[in-house]
Amino acid sequence: MSAVFRFAGPKVLRAGLSILIVVTFTFVVLRASGDPALQILGPSARAPDLEAFRRHWGLDQPLYVQYVRYVLAALHCDFGNSMLAGKPALQLVFERVPLTLALMLPALALTMLIGIPVGAYAAMHRDTWVDRSVMMLTVFGFTVPSFVLGLLLILIFSVTLGLFPSGGADRPESFVLPVLTLGLGGAAIIARFTRSAMIEVLSQLYIVAASAKGVTWRQVVRHHAFPNAIIPVLTLFGLMLGGQVAGAVLVESVFGWPGIGQLLVVSVANRDLAVVQVILLLVALTMTSANLLMDLLYGVFDPRLRGTNSGSQ
Amino acid sequence: MTLLRLNNITRRFPLGSPLYGPRKYLVAVDGVSLDVEMGRTTGIVGESGCGKSTTGRIALGLEPPDSGGVLFQGLPLPRIDSKKWRAQRRQMQLVFQDTLAALDRRMTVSALIAEPLAIHGIGDPASRKQRVAELLHGVGLGEGHGMLYPHQLSGGQRQRVVLARALAPKPSLLVCDEPVSALDLSVQAQIVNLLMDLQQELGLGLLFISHDLRVVRHVSDRIVVMYLGRVVEQGRADAIIDQPAHPYTQALVSAMPRLPGGFDHYVALPGEPPSPTDRPCGCPFHPRCPLARDVCRQSLPELLPLGPERQVACHLVRH
Amino acid sequence: MKTATVETNRPPPRSVDLPTLLAGGWVLLMLFTALAAPLMAPYEITSIDLRHRLAPPVGFGGTMLHVLGTDDLGRDVASRLFYSIRTSLLVAFGATAISVLVGTGIGFIAAYFRGLVEHALLLMIDVQASLPFLIVALAMLACFGNSLTLFVALMGLYGWERNARLARGLAITASAQGYASATRQLGAHPLRVYLRHILPNSAATLLVGATVTFPEIVLVESGLSFLGLGVQPPMTSLGVMVAAGREYITRASWMLLAPSLVIVITAVAVSVLGDWLRDKLDPTLK
Ligand SMILES: Nc1ncnc2c1ncn2[C@@H]1O[C@H](COP(=O)(O)OP(=O)(O)OP(=O)(O)O)[C@@H](O)[C@H]1O
Ligand SMILES: [Mg+2]
Repeated sequence: MSAVFRFAGPKVLRAGLSILIVVTFTFVVLRASGDPALQILGPSARAPDLEAFRRHWGLDQPLYVQYVRYVLAALHCDFGNSMLAGKPALQLVFERVPLTLALMLPALALTMLIGIPVGAYAAMHRDTWVDRSVMMLTVFGFTVPSFVLGLLLILIFSVTLGLFPSGGADRPESFVLPVLTLGLGGAAIIARFTRSAMIEVLSQLYIVAASAKGVTWRQVVRHHAFPNAIIPVLTLFGLMLGGQVAGAVLVESVFGWPGIGQLLVVSVANRDLAVVQVILLLVALTMTSANLLMDLLYGVFDPRLRGTNSGSQ
Repeated sequence: MTLLRLNNITRRFPLGSPLYGPRKYLVAVDGVSLDVEMGRTTGIVGESGCGKSTTGRIALGLEPPDSGGVLFQGLPLPRIDSKKWRAQRRQMQLVFQDTLAALDRRMTVSALIAEPLAIHGIGDPASRKQRVAELLHGVGLGEGHGMLYPHQLSGGQRQRVVLARALAPKPSLLVCDEPVSALDLSVQAQIVNLLMDLQQELGLGLLFISHDLRVVRHVSDRIVVMYLGRVVEQGRADAIIDQPAHPYTQALVSAMPRLPGGFDHYVALPGEPPSPTDRPCGCPFHPRCPLARDVCRQSLPELLPLGPERQVACHLVRH
Repeated sequence: MKTATVETNRPPPRSVDLPTLLAGGWVLLMLFTALAAPLMAPYEITSIDLRHRLAPPVGFGGTMLHVLGTDDLGRDVASRLFYSIRTSLLVAFGATAISVLVGTGIGFIAAYFRGLVEHALLLMIDVQASLPFLIVALAMLACFGNSLTLFVALMGLYGWERNARLARGLAITASAQGYASATRQLGAHPLRVYLRHILPNSAATLLVGATVTFPEIVLVESGLSFLGLGVQPPMTSLGVMVAAGREYITRASWMLLAPSLVIVITAVAVSVLGDWLRDKLDPTLK
């Protein structure tokens, strides 16, 4: 029990601290970006109105009072209204969440479904021409930015071949190109990582021993090498998520996909700060939880890490 | 006149993690007092791990003692890394054993020797160049060596560079920590003689640290013998070598190759070299002492005078 | 300085393989273009020629007048491409310099003070890991608006944490070595120890770190410019060109393809070159 706590406690604490820092960061940036009263009432507002506005929102209070209020409001999920839509920012963002998830979840699945088998195959046929061309392809896969990849796919599959629509989210076919765009880059990273993890596991002694005992190669790979190589790959998930979130912003913009990413870009362009802030916190919360979950799962998979306090790196 | 005085210095290092359990300490230096006179040499001798380097570092003010005080020219040392402390480095310099590590391998010998001058703002670039040439000459290197990099020199040449670098700001105290231990015998002699010549010339006070009694005896006016962080005997060099009083000193002297004044019979040192982590109670030397009695196992002998300028810490010596 | 390189047991010179050679050639070409864009460009990037709107490139029915064709306003694509390369590389160069400087500074400070400062740094790295840089950059642009200086400074925040971690590790290794404490005990100010000794001894590795940061910044910059939130007209960058080309993807795909290909080839080339450099300079870097 105390061992579990010793292992998980610092990680949970650090995750909470990270979130608090992000909240503080948004507070500081929002305050530093100018007088909210002027921003909302406009430069032509009269002085008494500005005064009243400031008093109403507590902007005349000392900074630390404002900060505490801000954190308390955030705890109550009160983030203010979108200037553009006039609706609560939180509601606006959550209306878009399903569409973004509809893009990201299939893309993540695709990442794993392509990346892991390809990487494992390359590792088992190491240094053949298959391996080399796969590795060459993956270099393209993770260096080509998603917006370029998306536009190239549109050029080939919708402009030239006319197979899929180039935008919108109304038909089932509309999913194909955005999901492919978002998934392929991640697949390249996963493939490279799986390959090196497999190669390392395959070179370890017990694998050699198992194959010496007359077990077939196929069995060795399926029952020994693959399960051992897959654990570190799964922990890459947390890192992948960050790439996917950033990728989603660009991909949604390329395909006119009305998800969170597009909302973010529009809000940034219009300086709709309440919405930007909600999205920032949502992303931070998601990523931190995902990283925390991966850390804890890794501890479950790899009991050596429990008990030792290998926190910082 | 006394240049440097260590007064009852103690230094301990915590063992293990700072968070869990009660703290244990390794006592590296335990109540050491010694003097260095202007223009004279005090030698510290003792086995590996007995706290010689730690004493040297405390003498230079590179680390603080846990208790006791250091007086340099009659004044306590300023706080470490303070501005005054940095300025005082000009007066007190250190010569290392590991010369390759101590020299930045990206700088030429000339730049290395000129660095302390630049740090303390001594002279202008032209006069520094002049001074570097003098120093190179002074330690027996040619002007051509100035353009080389540390790894292009031999160990003896590097030791000369380190020496020149330490002497550049004209210090009044030089601490040499095993300056010749890594060198061949013939080169050792060259460097030691060079050191003595330079001392004569510049009037340096020297604290010379070595595990080798032969070298210490050659350079020192006074010798301090250390064992497990404590001084067991100190006095004038010839007196220590001719009539060692402490059994440990006797063993060290008798282990020296036969030299005039050496002991005729060899007193072997039985047992392992001591570890400061579990020091024996009573006299720290008793497990290895051929003459140990009951009293040695029970009480710690004090360092008491034995004749003029001479002190010994042994129950069996009649004071 | 040539004599400083250690001559002993250096591995026999390996011949550089073809991909690395090609990658090197391409990167040199890009650098040359960035420097010589004003000399190479046949037209002003803003000079409009409405009679030759959407003219195709040579080989696709175009004339030598506009080698890579023209855009919707009849502006020469080749000229705009050269200037875009110039802008993108300049922004990335400035930002990389900032990232490495800031990162090295913070890393050295953490190494010098240790303790609390170091913990704070590790926490910041955690926070950075919980927010994709693109999102942070967008939030800052939303709050502070856009200007070129601000944009470059913002890009300079990219990768600082990685450079800081690298610098901290290097500084800690270096201070454990004798020369740092030897210089300290000569009476040198810590600034001198860090700037004159530890920095030069770490420079090679820090430079390799910079070659990793640089292409990533090129990509982030083009992404933000593509979203219309980076480099603003009348200036042009690779991302700006891609964004403009996207409107004419059916009628004038060269507007899109020219900058896209430059981005793709440059990214791949720098990646290949970076691997080679890493192997050569510092095999310990991950
Ligand atoms: N920074 C430190 N932290 C912990 N222990 C230390 C430290 N410095 C020295 N010690 C310990 O203090 C004791 C004395 O060390 P010191 O370096 O002074 O010995 P020495 O006499 O110079 O030995 P040598 O002849 O091998 O150089 C040793 O046991 C050493 O392990
Ligand atoms: Mg020592």
